[in-house]
Amino acid sequence: MAGAKAMIAVMRLAGKNATHVPGRKAINFCPDFLDQIDKPEYIIGVTGTNGKTTVSNLLADVLQDNGYDIVDNRFGGNIDSGIASALIKNATLTGRMKKKYAVLEIDERMTTKIFPYVHPDILICTNLFRDSYRRNAHTDFIAGILDKTIPASSRLVLNAEDLISGHLAMNNDRVYFGIEEGVGPVTSTQNIIQDMVACPVCGTRIEYSYRRYNHIGRGQCPSCGYGLPKPDFSVTGIDSEAGRVEIRTPDSTMSVKLLGSNITDAYNAVTAVAALRCFGLTDAQISASFDKMKITETRFRSFKVKDKTLVMDVAKGQNPIAVSRICDFVRHEPGKKAVVLIIDDFYDRKESSENIAWFFDTDFEFLNDPSICQIAVGGLRCQDLHLRLLMAGIPEKKIVCADQENDTAALVNTDAVDSVYILHDIYTTIYADEIVRRLTETIKKGGEKA
Amino acid sequence: MIRIEVLFPEFCSLFADSSNVRYLKCCLPDAEFVETAYTDEPLFATEKPDLIYMGAMTERAQEMVIQKLMPYKERLSSLIREDVPFLLTGNAMEVFCDHIENEDGSAIPALGLYPFYARRDMMHRFNCLVLGEYMDMKIVGFKTQFTLAYGDTDLNPFIQVKRGTGMNRETLNEGIHDHHLFATYLVGPFLVLNPLFVKYLLTEIMGINGAKLAFEDVIMSAYTRRLAEFENPKLSFD
Repeated sequence: MAGAKAMIAVMRLAGKNATHVPGRKAINFCPDFLDQIDKPEYIIGVTGTNGKTTVSNLLADVLQDNGYDIVDNRFGGNIDSGIASALIKNATLTGRMKKKYAVLEIDERMTTKIFPYVHPDILICTNLFRDSYRRNAHTDFIAGILDKTIPASSRLVLNAEDLISGHLAMNNDRVYFGIEEGVGPVTSTQNIIQDMVACPVCGTRIEYSYRRYNHIGRGQCPSCGYGLPKPDFSVTGIDSEAGRVEIRTPDSTMSVKLLGSNITDAYNAVTAVAALRCFGLTDAQISASFDKMKITETRFRSFKVKDKTLVMDVAKGQNPIAVSRICDFVRHEPGKKAVVLIIDDFYDRKESSENIAWFFDTDFEFLNDPSICQIAVGGLRCQDLHLRLLMAGIPEKKIVCADQENDTAALVNTDAVDSVYILHDIYTTIYADEIVRRLTETIKKGGEKA
Repeated sequence: MIRIEVLFPEFCSLFADSSNVRYLKCCLPDAEFVETAYTDEPLFATEKPDLIYMGAMTERAQEMVIQKLMPYKERLSSLIREDVPFLLTGNAMEVFCDHIENEDGSAIPALGLYPFYARRDMMHRFNCLVLGEYMDMKIVGFKTQFTLAYGDTDLNPFIQVKRGTGMNRETLNEGIHDHHLFATYLVGPFLVLNPLFVKYLLTEIMGINGAKLAFEDVIMSAYTRRLAEFENPKLSFD
């Protein structure tokens, strides 16, 4: 313990966040370290494919704003070693936990190494979608892992519009969240990935009263009745102008600040509200804390350069749903747009060759929109993406390619658009920054190529 | 009119396998693509499609698909002998094998059309790149699966693996080629990654005179670049 804590101190001095290294060392030295270490009395866990980081941060912020001193792992360590690091950081030298509460983001694939030792009192599963094929295989596999590992004592907060995650650990106590039919825009239902088209029990086609995107919606098997109950916590209205979300709880109606303009932001809000109410906060406490929050800029940054807007948006690589959602978002943004796609995997290119199957599960069809005038593709896989965009029906004349990510900046015709969206992977922010720098120079020079 | 039957797309489209059909639609804009739902009677039960395609699926769906196709076992066998073209990608191939073995030793009988079996190892996912040859064509692709195949895996090989892994770690034979049936563990956009094989499939196997590759310049550039990467001795295939 002392060694691990010393390592954290040294890494802090070196300006590093010490996300998982001390925890990894501790687990390597003591494989059941997570069992041995003292843990907070009350743990809220957040898992699922998309939205778990945002929801975890929301929960942690609201709890801290209400005076709770919590352990969290918000610096990205959501696997066993990251959680071990977070616990070490908040323990005394003798191993006693200093804090009573924890909000832990938990990687859905790694619960086999976490849930035997860490038992969340409340466990949220935001949703389950296809993610990395290499690691996560498919939703049935991940749901199976969660089913086998979720502790029987955990109270679940589940998505009533996700037939996959909504059926997890059916013997556990649970509440459901969702967005009511007709609320918010139904922006994309023609998705390539449809992981719940047919009933997993009898094979009959699921009938959806509505779908928001992919398999998120209200569906039921007409043959055997496979479906989900109505949500206990439900978004009943989204006021985009006022930036508020109306939520019906089991015993009240309330309103919280909407922290973004995407439908997923409303899902994140209602998910957090459901969990915080289960924890015991009041509507007023939750709403007051939401009011103090700002939209996080780590995944979305916007710059005004003269009359143009440059937007950097994280399009999580190898995650076709996340990238599809971003493409859907961009097409609905106002004005004439150019899109820069730099989404090659940063690590695969170093020694291997990226499995680009996920390009073909991603809805690049959403970029086939009259408001999108140009798409610049950068990176080693630009020819694969070029082909993918052509298969999406995007006219050849709109597509330009560069083998080096940064060279896309010179290909963008900033004169012809109001804004440029640079969609980049988590690990390729460095290229996005450079592209923004070059585009800024170009725009300041009055549209000459950088 | 060319008719292509796509079996159970609601289940059999994992790992972007549906892109194989989408690319064929680009190449054959006038063809009819019949998507057979799990609850439907397959087109092949009464007709001879110009191609029957089935893609990768979950393990649970795989067991349902085997049940669904079992009554058509003899029909499928005779269609294969009559040179009806088939393309099976990912674990769709295992539906045609003898059985699938679980970690606990229990076995799920499959159609039994080919004398090999698949062994599941659900907590150890197997991923690799593959560079191989079929006739004079170089084949590239990706594997991502929970199984390896054992038994008589060398009876009807499709691809001779040059780098990467075949049906299991001990063989360089990959997939099945029997009459006009082609099956491979390679997943995802197998056809998109292998334009030379698409041309061969369309012209030599399906007999479509004058068939052209959609977006030929771009797909060939992407193929040429990937092939050069895969032939680089420094490239890791794990």
